[in-house]
Amino acid sequence: MQVDALSKSYMGATGPVAVLRGVDLTLDAGETLALTGESGSGKSTLLHLVGGLDASDSGTIKLDGQDVTAMNDVARAALRRSTVGLIFQQFNLIPSLTVAANIAFQARLAGTHDAEHTHKLAEGLGLSPHLSKYPEQLSGGQQQRVAIARTLAARPKLVLADEPTGNLDEDTASDVLDQMLELVSQTGAALMMVTHSPALAGRMQRRLHLSKGLLA
Amino acid sequence: MIGITLQALTSHWRRNPLQLFTLLGGLILATALWCGVQAVNSEARASYDAAAATLGEGQFDQLVPRSGDTISHAQYITLRRAGWQVSPVIDGRIRASDGGSIRIVGLDPLTAPGGIGPLGATGDFDVADFLGNGPAFVTADTAMLLEDIQTPPLIIDPGIAPGTALTDIGVAQTWLSKDSFTRLMIAPIQPIGLRPLIDIAPELDLQPAQTGSDVGRLTDSFHLNLTAFGLLSFAVGIFIVNGAIGLAFEQRRPMVRTLRALGVPLRTLIAMMATELLLIALVGGLIGIVLGYIVASALLPDVAATLEGLYGAQVSGTLQLRASWWLSGLAICIAGTALAGSGAFWQIARMPLLASGQPRAWAMEAGKGRRIQALAACVLLILGLALTLVGQGLLAGFALLGCLLLGAALALPILLSWVLAFAQNRARTVTWEWFWADTRQQLPGLSLALMALLLAMAANVGVSTMVSSFRLTFTGFLDQRLSSELYIRSDDSTALEAFLSPRADEVLPLMITQTQLAGLPSELLGARIGQTYRDNWSFLDATSNAWDDVAKGDAILVNEQLARRADLKLGDSLQITPDQSLSIAGIFGDYGNPIGKAIIGENLFQSLYPAISATQFGVRTKDAAGLRSALIDELSLPEGNIIDQASIKAFSIEVFERTFTVTTALNVLTLSVAGFAMFMSLLTLATIRLPQLAPAWALGMTQRELGRLETIRAVVLAVLTAIFALPLGLMLAWVLLAIVNVEAFGWRLPMFFFPWDYARLGVFALIAAALAALWPAWRLSRTPPSDLLKVFAHGR
Amino acid sequence: MDVRVLLLALLVPLSALAQGFAGMGTDAEGFTTPSPSPTFDFPADHGPHPDYRIEWWYLTANLKAEDGTDYGLQWTLFRSALAPGDKEGWDSPQVWLAHAAVTSPEGHFVAERFARGGIGQAGVTPEPFEAWIDDWQLAGPDFDTLRMTARGTDFAYDMQLLAQGPLVFHGEDGFSVKSEQGQASYYYSQPFFDISGTLELPNGPVAVTGTAWLDREWSSQPLASDQTGWDWFSLSFEDGDKLMGFRLRQSDGSHFTSGTWIEANGATRPLPHGAFQAAPLAQNSIMGREIPTDWHVSLPEKGVDVRVTAINPEAWMALSIPYWEGPVRVSGTHSGIGYLEMTGYE
Repeated sequence: MQVDALSKSYMGATGPVAVLRGVDLTLDAGETLALTGESGSGKSTLLHLVGGLDASDSGTIKLDGQDVTAMNDVARAALRRSTVGLIFQQFNLIPSLTVAANIAFQARLAGTHDAEHTHKLAEGLGLSPHLSKYPEQLSGGQQQRVAIARTLAARPKLVLADEPTGNLDEDTASDVLDQMLELVSQTGAALMMVTHSPALAGRMQRRLHLSKGLLA
Repeated sequence: MIGITLQALTSHWRRNPLQLFTLLGGLILATALWCGVQAVNSEARASYDAAAATLGEGQFDQLVPRSGDTISHAQYITLRRAGWQVSPVIDGRIRASDGGSIRIVGLDPLTAPGGIGPLGATGDFDVADFLGNGPAFVTADTAMLLEDIQTPPLIIDPGIAPGTALTDIGVAQTWLSKDSFTRLMIAPIQPIGLRPLIDIAPELDLQPAQTGSDVGRLTDSFHLNLTAFGLLSFAVGIFIVNGAIGLAFEQRRPMVRTLRALGVPLRTLIAMMATELLLIALVGGLIGIVLGYIVASALLPDVAATLEGLYGAQVSGTLQLRASWWLSGLAICIAGTALAGSGAFWQIARMPLLASGQPRAWAMEAGKGRRIQALAACVLLILGLALTLVGQGLLAGFALLGCLLLGAALALPILLSWVLAFAQNRARTVTWEWFWADTRQQLPGLSLALMALLLAMAANVGVSTMVSSFRLTFTGFLDQRLSSELYIRSDDSTALEAFLSPRADEVLPLMITQTQLAGLPSELLGARIGQTYRDNWSFLDATSNAWDDVAKGDAILVNEQLARRADLKLGDSLQITPDQSLSIAGIFGDYGNPIGKAIIGENLFQSLYPAISATQFGVRTKDAAGLRSALIDELSLPEGNIIDQASIKAFSIEVFERTFTVTTALNVLTLSVAGFAMFMSLLTLATIRLPQLAPAWALGMTQRELGRLETIRAVVLAVLTAIFALPLGLMLAWVLLAIVNVEAFGWRLPMFFFPWDYARLGVFALIAAALAALWPAWRLSRTPPSDLLKVFAHGR
Repeated sequence: MDVRVLLLALLVPLSALAQGFAGMGTDAEGFTTPSPSPTFDFPADHGPHPDYRIEWWYLTANLKAEDGTDYGLQWTLFRSALAPGDKEGWDSPQVWLAHAAVTSPEGHFVAERFARGGIGQAGVTPEPFEAWIDDWQLAGPDFDTLRMTARGTDFAYDMQLLAQGPLVFHGEDGFSVKSEQGQASYYYSQPFFDISGTLELPNGPVAVTGTAWLDREWSSQPLASDQTGWDWFSLSFEDGDKLMGFRLRQSDGSHFTSGTWIEANGATRPLPHGAFQAAPLAQNSIMGREIPTDWHVSLPEKGVDVRVTAINPEAWMALSIPYWEGPVRVSGTHSGIGYLEMTGYE
């Protein structure tokens, strides 16, 4: 992944607010990166732009040689399906589908569904007993494990996580993070995680701090 | 405290104008539809009344002169001075300016029996002006035909039958240049101890009141059904109101909790919210009533008549009519709101102070009540089945209707859920699997709107089936019964037949006697079986050579009423005199007639009742007008004894057509209301749905695709609802035609099917659903990504 | 709308007369109005006076059956003119209305008839005297010897009347003042009829005898505009004296009273305003209205201080113009019988 001179601003109450002001960043396959910063520093925005969830104002993002910033809606949707995996703080799951269907969802959308792989992931995350349940019947930690399983089942090249453990208590957060790091390293994908916790950030290979839209 | 609390409570509506709009819109539409149906109903009734005054003046016994005679002033006074309460009528025709003729009817208001058609239908006028040299009452159309003719002052009154001028007997005598009367009406209640009429006026004949076919009775059944339709329309509206109130209260739960925590007593809060709801109901009801009038007047071809009802009330100050209208419309609106709001108030009242102030996602909420709902649906449908099998009486018929509709509405979400689950299991791509699963999840939030759609469509199918079946039956019945061009009443059958036989194509004498058949008071008719009967009559059930057997005197025909009451079937033997029994060869429909009737051949009748000669004659001719004037001029037959059934038929059918047009328009309106309910529900859900849609988007679906699926979802739900609505509507029609009608009036209307109408309705429903979904879907596809992203970042 | 309801509007002048409600104090334009010191011309004046707006032939009778049961009987013919004068034929402006009733202690039977003038259905001829509407009639060779018949759906009667005394003139020689503003009518009576005949009632025929009182009155504007109704008494005492008195209720709560003291030999004394006094003792609820059927009546100058009680309080005339009319019993300083008519209790 290569990010060059990336800028993004939003319309605020008093006019445009610059959130990212020329960010440069590279991330190699298998690498793990923690992105820290104050609230409003632009770290989530950076993650969203990389994941093809939003469009940038200027600058380029290259994933595996493809320029994300040049993509249209349809291409960005394809990117989200097959190249990146997204894990959010909450509402990761589709409430109307079972755990099993949720885990398989992205892989099936991307057309890369591998039943055996999926089964292993679920087993590894301790989700086997819960496969026929619905998301609302699970605890917060279990829900995030389902989100991790779903992301990795699609074999993405880049996993993007935005405060994936922000809604969990400390012990659960630590367990979930351990499992995520282990599984990501097994698949050889790169991981970029947004967090405000120094402890969690410390477990990544690299750590970058974002302040007022610029990398420090 | 009250002021500030009120401010807090009403701030909700300011922030959610859409909800207020939904609530008011639902109330307005429900009330407008109800009032519109009622207005149409009463308007149609007034038209029928005017028609009945022309068609069935025989609601009183009458004294009529023998052929060629009139009733003199002296004869009338002799009868009065003998104590008989009779009232003179003069009935004649004058030439109209277009060459046709206008019927002049003169009455004496001082002696006329109460409630007779023309005067009964007449509105406000100064009765003193009616006497002596007063005006004539006519419709606007009739007035035009009298334009260049010397007439008394004309007063336009839509309640008068077309082509007729109603006036005082003295005015009519002058107008027609006659000093005699056509007939005398006999008041139904007479003093005691009178000498028999035959002694006082032997030269006059008693013509009994018509007990048979009466347009009024036939239309009563129609109005009963139309009223049921009005209630249904209202129910559809109340579904919307219920949804809007439920949502508004749900969303205000945190506010209620906060206000209570700040020290506002629960009772005060509930009182204030109830007052607020009452005010909304009042506003909605009032607008609805006005709209209902506008709807009714726009629908009726005779706009002037309706406006007259509206303005007439204001101008003349007959407040009673107006008050009853406003009050009944308002009352039903408020009652409906109370019904719809009661559940919401119950929840607020029971909510503990420390309960979560978070509004539960409304769409999810119904899950727990699903089982209760299923149970209630089952109970209602089983009850309906039980009523069909063992229920008796009109009340049971209506109860069945209620059970059926309510049960079906409650069962709808469950049935839809099953269908969607099935589809989900069969889905081959993950997108469709998600689509079906998500559609199923939307059901609780959409179920009220879908129930409204179901009821609206079922009502449409039911009512259009009922109305169209009614029309087919009625026109067929008229063709059958009014197949002769002229109907003549005469006591001198020999002379009449001699006069007619060279002039008419076919003469159909009818002999009538009152008798007991199968222990029931009935009319036995003797008929000359000719080509006309064979060509025009159709049977509910008959043997293959029924007419031949009847003509030979070997068989009898009975009407449906008699067959039902005496439990008679084809081939059964029916005793008509102590030593004469005949086999039943046919059962015929006899709509509108309350009593039993049987028909035998002319020769058999004459041998059984030699003293009775035919008094009524149907005449087939190609020149009805010519024959009519010949009868009057050459045979001196009184005008009133010749009835031109063709014009009666045309008039009756026209009156019915008007009502059918109105019904069609009401159908469209009801469906629009259901479409509105769907639109509002989808719009409301759209705001709640973002957290459900955002993950699917984040995982690689485009917003456009999501929007497209949202539209398809609404259409699919509408299609499924339409599929359920069709059998429900047909059942509704069946209950109306075969149960309610039989219980209320004693005859069953045959049911016909109109697939094209249903298909058109289905297409209309799809278009309505697609239109309802289009805007919310378009909004979804245009939602900025940042709004979708917020779902993941912020706690709700 | 029922024809009868329409009729009510038509019969406004008539109902004014029968009932005395406020709307009746209308102007007498076009109609002749009564003037003081009249000279009557009999038998012509027993007949109708079409130039006056309203007129009536009003007979009430107190009857007794052989078993001692009290009965009351009423026969009334009203004439109401839409315009002054008369014409032959249907365009006659004269409208006729008649009421008949029989009252027993347990029952009250009523009937009414309508007719237009000019066609022979109803009318009055002075000589030989005949007043009729349909088959109801009050007729005889002369005004002293009459046969009276009427019938309804549940009763009928056929009575013979024979006058036992002279005609009696009310007010100033038959000019009866009805208000302090001077509204007046011509008013005379024959209170001395003996009556006998048969009542046909639902339980069979009843032979009865008794006394009857016939009132003749005509006017064009009988009441002042502020008068809302009246209470009219005709009392026959056992000693042969009779008392006619009425109380016109005024909208301000006050009353105008008038009457005539009639000696057994027919000598009369008009009673000035205030001499005759009547006050209700008890109200009865009849057909949703509060009606006084128990009265305190006094005439101090003749030492009369009596209680007047309805024989049947339910004697409500539920007709197109509703009012109360029935026989009464008199007790106190004087005993006797009589008739009470009360109008305007809406």
